[in-house]
Amino acid sequence: MSAVGLPALPSAAMPRGRRLDWSGAGFTLLSGLAAALIVLMVVVILGDVLLNGWATVTWEFLAGAPREGMTKGGIFPAIYGTLLLVVLMVVALVPFGVGAAVWLHLYARQDSWFTKSVRFAVHNLAGVPSIVFGLFGLGFFIQFIGREMDRAMGLDVVWGQPALMWASLTLALLNLPVVIVTTEESLRTVARDQREASLALGATRWQTVRHLLLPQALPGILTGAILAVARGAGEVAPILFTGAAYFLPFLPKAPTDQFMELGYHVFVLATQSPDVDATRPLLYGTVLVLLALTFLLNLTAILLRSRLRARLLGRG
Amino acid sequence: MKRNAIILTLCAATLAAAPVLAGKAITVKGSDTMVILGQRWAEKFMNANSGQVIMVTGGGSGTGIAALINGTTDICQSSRSMKEDEKLKLRDRYQTMGIEIPVAKDGLAVYVHTSNPVKELTVAQLGEIYLGNITNWKQIGGPDATIILYGRENSSGTYGFFKEHVLKNKDFSARVQTLPGTAAVVNAVAKDPNGIGYGGAAYAKGVRDLGMKKAADSPAVLPVAATVKDGSYPLSRPLFFYLRKSPSGDTKKFVDWVLSAEGQKLAVEVGYFPLN
Amino acid sequence: MSRSLTAPDSPTSVRARQRVRELFIEWALRACAFSAVAGLVLIVVFVFKEAWPILSDPEIQKEASLAGFFATPLWQPVGEVPKYGLVPLLTGTVKVVLIAMLFAVPLSVLAAVYSSEFAPPRVREVLKPAIEMLAGIPSVVMGFFALMVLASWLQSVTHSPMRLNALTAGIALGLGIIPTIFTVAEDALRAVPKSFREASLGLGASAWQTAWHVSLPAASAGVGAGVLLGLGRAVGETMIVLMASGNAAITSADPFDSVRTLSASIAAELAEVVVGSAHYSTLFFLGALLFTVTFLINVAAGAFVERLRKRLAGA
Repeated sequence: MSAVGLPALPSAAMPRGRRLDWSGAGFTLLSGLAAALIVLMVVVILGDVLLNGWATVTWEFLAGAPREGMTKGGIFPAIYGTLLLVVLMVVALVPFGVGAAVWLHLYARQDSWFTKSVRFAVHNLAGVPSIVFGLFGLGFFIQFIGREMDRAMGLDVVWGQPALMWASLTLALLNLPVVIVTTEESLRTVARDQREASLALGATRWQTVRHLLLPQALPGILTGAILAVARGAGEVAPILFTGAAYFLPFLPKAPTDQFMELGYHVFVLATQSPDVDATRPLLYGTVLVLLALTFLLNLTAILLRSRLRARLLGRG
Repeated sequence: MKRNAIILTLCAATLAAAPVLAGKAITVKGSDTMVILGQRWAEKFMNANSGQVIMVTGGGSGTGIAALINGTTDICQSSRSMKEDEKLKLRDRYQTMGIEIPVAKDGLAVYVHTSNPVKELTVAQLGEIYLGNITNWKQIGGPDATIILYGRENSSGTYGFFKEHVLKNKDFSARVQTLPGTAAVVNAVAKDPNGIGYGGAAYAKGVRDLGMKKAADSPAVLPVAATVKDGSYPLSRPLFFYLRKSPSGDTKKFVDWVLSAEGQKLAVEVGYFPLN
Repeated sequence: MSRSLTAPDSPTSVRARQRVRELFIEWALRACAFSAVAGLVLIVVFVFKEAWPILSDPEIQKEASLAGFFATPLWQPVGEVPKYGLVPLLTGTVKVVLIAMLFAVPLSVLAAVYSSEFAPPRVREVLKPAIEMLAGIPSVVMGFFALMVLASWLQSVTHSPMRLNALTAGIALGLGIIPTIFTVAEDALRAVPKSFREASLGLGASAWQTAWHVSLPAASAGVGAGVLLGLGRAVGETMIVLMASGNAAITSADPFDSVRTLSASIAAELAEVVVGSAHYSTLFFLGALLFTVTFLINVAAGAFVERLRKRLAGA
C-alpha cells in the first residue's frame, strides 16, 4: 500500500490487507526523491545566479556600455543586439510559420504525400542540432547567398560575411517548427462549427482565415512567437559564426553589421574574459539578465497557452 | 494597401543601402592574446579620432588569419607568424603574400598554481611535459601528483608558437585540456594545484610564472620587460599585425599610431612589451 | 470544399477575381508550408555539400580522408602534419551522452511517474513550474553553471585530477535534457486512459503496482519517444560540452578524463578555418555526421509516437 497520494476512489477499489507494501512504498519514495532532486537542482542553479548576480544588475549595468576590457561598465550593446536579433528573426519567421500552419490546418489534404512531407520536415527540423544550424548559416547564407549577392552587386565582401541578417535568418529556420506547431494547435481550438458556418455562409477560405481563425488563434500565434524569441535569445551555437561579436564599439545599424548578444557575451566572459575575478560580477549579472529575459518570455507563453487550453477544454 | 507597399519598399531600400551608407569601419580580428591590447589601442585611437570606427574581435590568431584570407577583416592580429601554406592561400585569393608588421613583444609565460614548489624549468623539460613524456610533478622536483595539462585551442597563435618553438613541431599530448582563451587557462591553473598552463605574460593573475631556462645550466629567467626586450627570456615572441596590402588611408593612420610612442606606451600599460 | 459560394447572380468578373486571389493565397500559403521542407532539404544539401570534398576531392584527401579519420588516434588538425583522428571525438561524444542519459533518464522517468501517478496536486504545482524553468535555462547558462560551480563541487567530492571532464559535462548535459524526457514521458503517462488505472486498482493492485505494471507499459511508446528525443538533444548539444568538458581529445573509458565531442570541436574550430580547406571540409563532415545521427534518432522517436497514438486510439 503506497503511503503517498492515492487517487480518490471509492473504498471498494482500495487494496485490501494492512500489510505494508515495502517495495511499493520504496518505489514511490524513490520517484518522489527523483522529483525532489530535480526541483532542488533548479533551485540551486537559479539561487546561485540570483545571489551572485543580484548586486550587479543596476540601471547603469543595463544601460551602459562595457568599459576597460569588459571588466567594468554595462551590457547595453548586448541587450540591444539581442533585441535586434530576435525582432528580425520574428519578422522573418512569423509569416512563414503562421502561413504554413494555416495551410496545414485548412487547405492541406491530410493524406497527401506533400502534407506528410511537410509534417515530417517540421518534426525533424526540430531535432537538428543547433551547431548544424550554425554550419548551415555559414555554408548557405554567408558562403552561398551572401557571396552571390556580393558578386551580383559588384561588392568585395559585404554580404558574404557574418552579419545580423544571416544570424536572424538562421535562428528563424531553427524556430520554424515551434511557431508552426503552436499556431496549428491554436487554430484547432477554434470550434469546427464556427469554421463550417463561415464557409457555409459563402465566405472564401481566406476570408474565413483572415476574419475568423486568425483573430481567435492570435494568442497561440503569440505563444509561438514568444517561445521562439525565448529560444532565439538563448541559443549561442547558431550565431557563433554567423554574426555575434565580443566587443563592438558601436551599436549595429545595418543588417550587415555584427552584433553583441547576451548569450554569446556569457560564453565569452566565462571562457575568455581577460581578468576572471574582475569580470565575475559582470558575468553573473549578464547571466541573470539573460535568465530573467528568457523566464519572463516563457512565463508569458505559458500563461497564454493555459488560456488557450482552457478555451479548448471549456468547449468540452 | 498601396501605402503599405510604399512603406515596405522604402524600408527595403534603406536596409539595402545602409551597408553602403554606413562609414567604413576598420575590422581587426584574431589573436586572443592580443585582443585586449587591440581593444585598448582601438579605444584610445577612436577617442582621439572621432568618426573613426574600429571593431576588434578575438577568436585566436588562426581565426584572424583565416578572416584575412576569407576577406572578412582588414587587419589580422596574430601572436605567431603566418605559415607558408597560409601565405600561399592568401596569394591564391588576393595575389599578395600579406604584409607583416610587428607591433609589440610578448613573453610566453608558463603558469603554475601559487602553491606549487616547482620554480623553474628548462624549455626542453617543458616540451617533454606537453608531449606527455613527463607526467608526474615529482619527476621535476615537485610533489607526487599527476601533472594536469592546460593549453589553448588550435586556432590560437599561442598554441602555434608553443608547438613550433617548444615542441619543435611534434604533437601535443592528447591529454591537454584545450581552453578557448588565455584567461581561461589562467583561471584553470589558478584553481588547480597540479595544473600547468601557458599564455601571454600579461594575463598572469592568481598564478605564478615559472622561470624558464634555455638549457640545464642556464640561469632561470622570468618574463619581465627587461628580459623580453633583450631576448634573454627564451620564450619571447613578436606580436604581429597582418594586412593584405600596405596600409593606406585610415588603416595607415591607425597602424602608424600603434607603432608610435603613444601606442607602444599603451602596450606596456596593458602588460606587453614595446618593440624597442 | 468549394472555394466560393457566392450568389448565382453576382457579376462573373468579381467571382473570377476572387477565385484568382484565393488561388494566389493558397499557393502563397503552400509556399510557406514548403519552406519547412525547403529548409530541411537545404540544410542537408549545404552541409553535405561542404563536407563532400572529403569523399571526392583528391587534393583535400591528401590531408583529410575517410580512411585518415580512423588511421590516426590523434585529433590535431593544426600543425606541420595535420591529424584528423575521429576516434577520440567519437568516444568523447559517446561518453558524455552515456553519462547524461544514465543521469537523466532514471530521474526524469521516475519523476514523471511520480507526477502522474502519486503526486498530490499541490506537489505537481511545484514540480511542473520547476521543470518549465529548467527547460527555459539556455544551454549556455547551463554550461556556465557547470564551469563555475558544478565542476568545483564535483572535484571536491570525487577528487578527480581533471576538473573539467566527461562527468561534469555529462551531468550538466543530463540536467539540460531532463525537461525534454520528463515532459514527453509525463504527457504519455497522463494520456493512459483512466479506465486502465481504475481497472487495475479495482482488481486490488496498489497504486505503485498499477504504475509499474499498467501505466508505464501502456505509456511505454511515449516514454521511449521522450528518451529518444532526449538522446537526440544530448548528441547534438554544443555549448554545455564546449564549456565544461575540457575539450581534450582523449580516448579512454575513464569518466574523470576530459573529453572532446564532435559538436564542441566544430564550435571551437570553425572560426579559424579558411573556407575550402581540408579542415573546413572536415568540420562540415562532422556536422553532417551529427545531423545524420540525430536525424535517425528523431525518425525513430517519431515512429514511437505514431505507435503510441495507434495503441491508445485502438486499444
